[in-house]
Amino acid sequence: MADAVTLAEPLGMIGLRGDHGDERVRAAVVGLTGTAFPERLRIEGTSQRGVAWMSPDELLIFVPRSEVALAVDRLATDLAGLHHLVTDVSDMRVCVRIEGPDAREVLAKLSPADLHPDVFGPGLFRRSRLGQLAAAFWLEGEGARVICFRSVADYAVALLRQSAADGAVGHF
Amino acid sequence: MSTRLHRGGRLIDRSRPLRFSFDGHPYQGYEGDTLASALLANGQMLVGRSFKYHRPRGFVASGHEEPNGLVNLGAGDRVEPNHRATVTPLKDGMTALSQNRFPSLDIDVGVLNDALGRFLPAGFYYKTFMWPRAFWKHVYEPVIRKSAGLGRVPQGRDPDTYEHFNVHVDVLIAGGGVAGLSAAWAAAQSGQRVLLMEQSPCWGGRAVIDEPEIDGTPASHWVDRTVRALRSMPNVRLRLNAQVSGVFDHGYVLAAEQLEGAGPRQRLWRIRAGKVIAANGAIERPLAFAGNDVPGVMLASAMRDYLVNWGVSIGDRVVVVTNNDDAYRTALAIHRAGLIVPAIVDARPRPDGELVRQARDLGIRIEAGRGIAKVTGRRRVSGVKLCALSGEGSPIEEIFCDAVAMSGGWTPSVHLWSHCGGGLSWDDDRAMFLPDPKRPPRNHNGSPIVLPAGSVVGELRTAAVIGSGARAGAAAVGADAPEILAHDAEEGPFLPVWIMPQGAKTALKRKMWLDFQNDVKVSDVELAAREGFQSVEHAKRYTTLGMATDQGKLSNINGLAVLSNALHVPIPQVGTTTFRPPYTPLTLGTIGGVAKEHLFQPVRRTAIHEWHQRHGATWEPVGLWRRPFAYIRPGEHVHAAMNREVLAVRNGVGLLDASTLGKIVVKGPDAGRFLDMMYTNVMSSLPVGKCRYGLMCTENGFLSDDGVVIRLSEDSWLCHTTTGGADRIHAHMEDWLQTEWHDWKVYVANLTEQWAQIAVAGPRARDVLSKLGGMDLSREALPFMAFAEGKLGGFDARVHRISFSGELSFEVAVPANQGLALWEALMQAGTEWGITPYGTEAMHVLRAEKGYIMIGEETDGTVIPQDLNLGWAVSKKKPDFLGKRAQERSHMAGGHRWKLVGLEPLNRSVLPEGAYVLGHGENANGQRNAEGRVTSTYFSATLDRGIAMALIENGPERMGQVVQVSNKGGQPIEARIVDPVLYDKAGDKLNG
Amino acid sequence: MLTLTCPHCGVQADETELLPGGEAHLKRHGPGSSEEEFEGYLFHRQNPKGPHLERWRHAFGCGKWFLAARDTVTMQVFGTYPASLATPTDEIRRRAGVERPGWGFEPGVPGEPEAVE
Repeated sequence: MADAVTLAEPLGMIGLRGDHGDERVRAAVVGLTGTAFPERLRIEGTSQRGVAWMSPDELLIFVPRSEVALAVDRLATDLAGLHHLVTDVSDMRVCVRIEGPDAREVLAKLSPADLHPDVFGPGLFRRSRLGQLAAAFWLEGEGARVICFRSVADYAVALLRQSAADGAVGHF
Repeated sequence: MSTRLHRGGRLIDRSRPLRFSFDGHPYQGYEGDTLASALLANGQMLVGRSFKYHRPRGFVASGHEEPNGLVNLGAGDRVEPNHRATVTPLKDGMTALSQNRFPSLDIDVGVLNDALGRFLPAGFYYKTFMWPRAFWKHVYEPVIRKSAGLGRVPQGRDPDTYEHFNVHVDVLIAGGGVAGLSAAWAAAQSGQRVLLMEQSPCWGGRAVIDEPEIDGTPASHWVDRTVRALRSMPNVRLRLNAQVSGVFDHGYVLAAEQLEGAGPRQRLWRIRAGKVIAANGAIERPLAFAGNDVPGVMLASAMRDYLVNWGVSIGDRVVVVTNNDDAYRTALAIHRAGLIVPAIVDARPRPDGELVRQARDLGIRIEAGRGIAKVTGRRRVSGVKLCALSGEGSPIEEIFCDAVAMSGGWTPSVHLWSHCGGGLSWDDDRAMFLPDPKRPPRNHNGSPIVLPAGSVVGELRTAAVIGSGARAGAAAVGADAPEILAHDAEEGPFLPVWIMPQGAKTALKRKMWLDFQNDVKVSDVELAAREGFQSVEHAKRYTTLGMATDQGKLSNINGLAVLSNALHVPIPQVGTTTFRPPYTPLTLGTIGGVAKEHLFQPVRRTAIHEWHQRHGATWEPVGLWRRPFAYIRPGEHVHAAMNREVLAVRNGVGLLDASTLGKIVVKGPDAGRFLDMMYTNVMSSLPVGKCRYGLMCTENGFLSDDGVVIRLSEDSWLCHTTTGGADRIHAHMEDWLQTEWHDWKVYVANLTEQWAQIAVAGPRARDVLSKLGGMDLSREALPFMAFAEGKLGGFDARVHRISFSGELSFEVAVPANQGLALWEALMQAGTEWGITPYGTEAMHVLRAEKGYIMIGEETDGTVIPQDLNLGWAVSKKKPDFLGKRAQERSHMAGGHRWKLVGLEPLNRSVLPEGAYVLGHGENANGQRNAEGRVTSTYFSATLDRGIAMALIENGPERMGQVVQVSNKGGQPIEARIVDPVLYDKAGDKLNG
Repeated sequence: MLTLTCPHCGVQADETELLPGGEAHLKRHGPGSSEEEFEGYLFHRQNPKGPHLERWRHAFGCGKWFLAARDTVTMQVFGTYPASLATPTDEIRRRAGVERPGWGFEPGVPGEPEAVE
């Protein structure tokens, strides 16, 4: 039975650029998500409420969709006077769920990243490519989650579905 | 006649017969057969015709090196040309056709070439198809094209699917023979990730054919035991039917896996390996003697394979011809199977080894110091004439036989070592090119990528092969090698023999084949040498030696040796041709993987895409985006639709999906300073709430993008880019921020896809928006080039009062998920004014009527803003911006540049796209000089005539002049130079 | 196909995740520079046979630019470092010097082609 690939309900997502070493930035983020502050290449929490490390000065914060506006305001208040950039990016990306035992192999058919369990375990957040698409993915639920730009949502779902339908490789 | 024996065949299951057809004849084989073994079991020795002379061809080998047994496999859209029958597992119902024959394999008219063989020497094409010149196109090319290539490609779409798979391993082992298995075993003990790939469907390589003793048990037992042990290890993965195809920089490896059953047909493994152990064996060399291409002449090891693996005998009377001991194993196996070996013709004067003695003891006649002068028979071996090896080939005696097993020694498959630059050295004793351990291909950290093992390093005896494998495996993980004992027959020395007999004259050399598929003979290589082709790479291309689908796996070393003799230089000085991946051909499907048909390339869609689709949109690709080109009503022509859309905007109101425009937020204390560097004009002075049109140039001074910049707040701006420019300009900004001005406090975010953006344009635009309500969009509250944020009819909107059409126009941005609802609300609200969605073509016409430039139409990477009369948007006051220095260069600032003007065709027609404005005289190539070119040309529904924009030398100074515009295939068209602004020059409508 | 470790996120990135950006450590010449300086800045590149300092962007990853010291002949990578550094690190220079004795770092100076075998 191939893994199920579906478009997730729209997520609440906030982009935050700022100094990861700044205590105010760390406190603001942690205060919002209730998780730890993510280390390099990590995600804390989940796509419902959590925060992922995007780059040395960029985070992607997940909150329920209904809380985004409030969260953006709160970050703006918390970080007032500090050089930063907060943006509501909820509509910019979509989240694709891959549910099933072979999610890792579905991804490995498309990404050059090392997805061996020793490297790509729970909590790792990998930005890479899936075929020709820029994407980020991590393990969540009974499988994996992928985020990519909304304009290619149909293509991403079709691509991942084909990879899932082609069956397990049996490598990992 | 080849046939199936009653006993034997370790790989076949005689209880499971399979039916198949070859050239329409029904045949039967068994589960476990290859197509080749099944054909041979049915006596089908003739399988194809050679490329040039259409000589009858039979199987020479039993594996991937097979040059002759290429078939068109399958039927309909699944047909695959050049399939090697020797590695094709037999399937029930399989159909195959022979290739390069007409009308049939048995009766082939191309064989005429063979009779003319003397007149078709090396370089024939280069010498013959030179003159007369008039023959090139209509005689030579069609003839060559018809005879070129092997097999036929399918006509329809490939119905199969393919996939890629990416893995990272510490150690990749290519080859599942005893060297590869012992390497895997040694490497696996470390716990590191080990992947072992074998190209064939079974483990053990040659050892399981000959059954030497390993670790106190027959080789096949040891292989089974080792494979079981490896399978049980969590860090080890094993794959059969997977051929390591190429090794590339930094341990990147491609491997092709053949799959069974439902799902993809082939899988391309993209492997990142810390170390690659090349344990992919060696290939037996043919011997070059006259008639060595007659069907029935086969490699000695292949003949043994057919016997042991599939219970197939190639002939009843087999003469073995050799220069080494290994071929004696074939003689012994044939003898044991109850068939006859009339003689072993051994080139060596005094062969002596354990296997030689065994043969002698069995009473097999051994002719030492002899060679074969000639094979008799044409479509099948009927006998061999013996001669002294050292003579000219006078026949001593003729022996009747129906098959010949030949062995010229072994050639290590050093391909994987050499793909990525590994050096080779010549071993004179063994007459082999071997990996030079001092010159390995290197990894990113400087350590060797490839560790060669087993026969690849020239080892042919089991104990040495297995020891070499274990050492390579251990070395790959930095461990000590385990000791694995093995025993096989002790062997005598081998004697290099390149042609047989050694004093052969040209008549014989013309019948000595080096490359069976491409018909390259000893005489051809010698001719190439005489004609001055001294470099092996040149000789290869001149003679086509090694250029066949087998890429010289059988012919390479023999060809080099012949060339070396002809040039009187030693073999290592001649060198080898370059080993290039793939090891064997890959299908295009495998390389493409999943990316075919609807997955070939991503298509980017806006939030409103489905609506456009439902309302008759034809699409214009812009980058990966699809934008509506025009919305075609039932029965409407595309031009009519376009004109209708243009007029709707001019007279009422239109709606354009502008979501694809780039939207980049720039924020921070240094953001104003940064934008002043990015844009040619000043952005730091833009008041909050206002919009400004801006230009961006590269450091070369050339225009690269344009768009409207708005100031969101004291320290943040939003920059609109062109559709195609969003990602590029974002990367360009990040580049300068990260590398040149990394201490500036600026953050940039590409929010292009966060927002859907809709242009509402036309005299009724304000009426439509007012009907949605919620924001004051009056002329006073929101003048031209201002923007406001608020709730527009319940949508979270940012409304820009900007125009790309020359009409009263608003661009409304909302979060993308609200885009479709806003679009539908606007369509609803605009019903009473006949609101009309318009596409990119109407947008182009509207902007061209207004004289607005378009990046990519008026610009081509050589155009500066000043050429487009946009000097007003280039700051004179700013000390610096990207492109400023370049625009000061003499040829940028000086006269005689092609500058933007409008063109009015005197006959009111639409000028051809890309047409030139003709100048005086001709250039050095006899072409008419040009003094400009048409950049945009459309039919203007508003003006009811053709309009155009053009770049013309000193154009703005030549208003009113009539110029000639080129018209391919017709008379030039006359057009008058006019102001590019053709509509509402005063801007009353724009400011409405 | 190269693999380069992004110094910003630590990912050992496949070449297909990266965007090449040409020679590193070019000195920008803007308004006021001479014709020769500007020509050199725009058009002259070292194109060496041997160690080369080059710009890469981790485009399908953290998006950051970094610099790599790579031998164009052997493909050996002596190290990667953030694009904000003005020179390669001492360790990178040491490593390159071991493999290619006599190699020195001169930013933005197009040298004569080095005779490196």
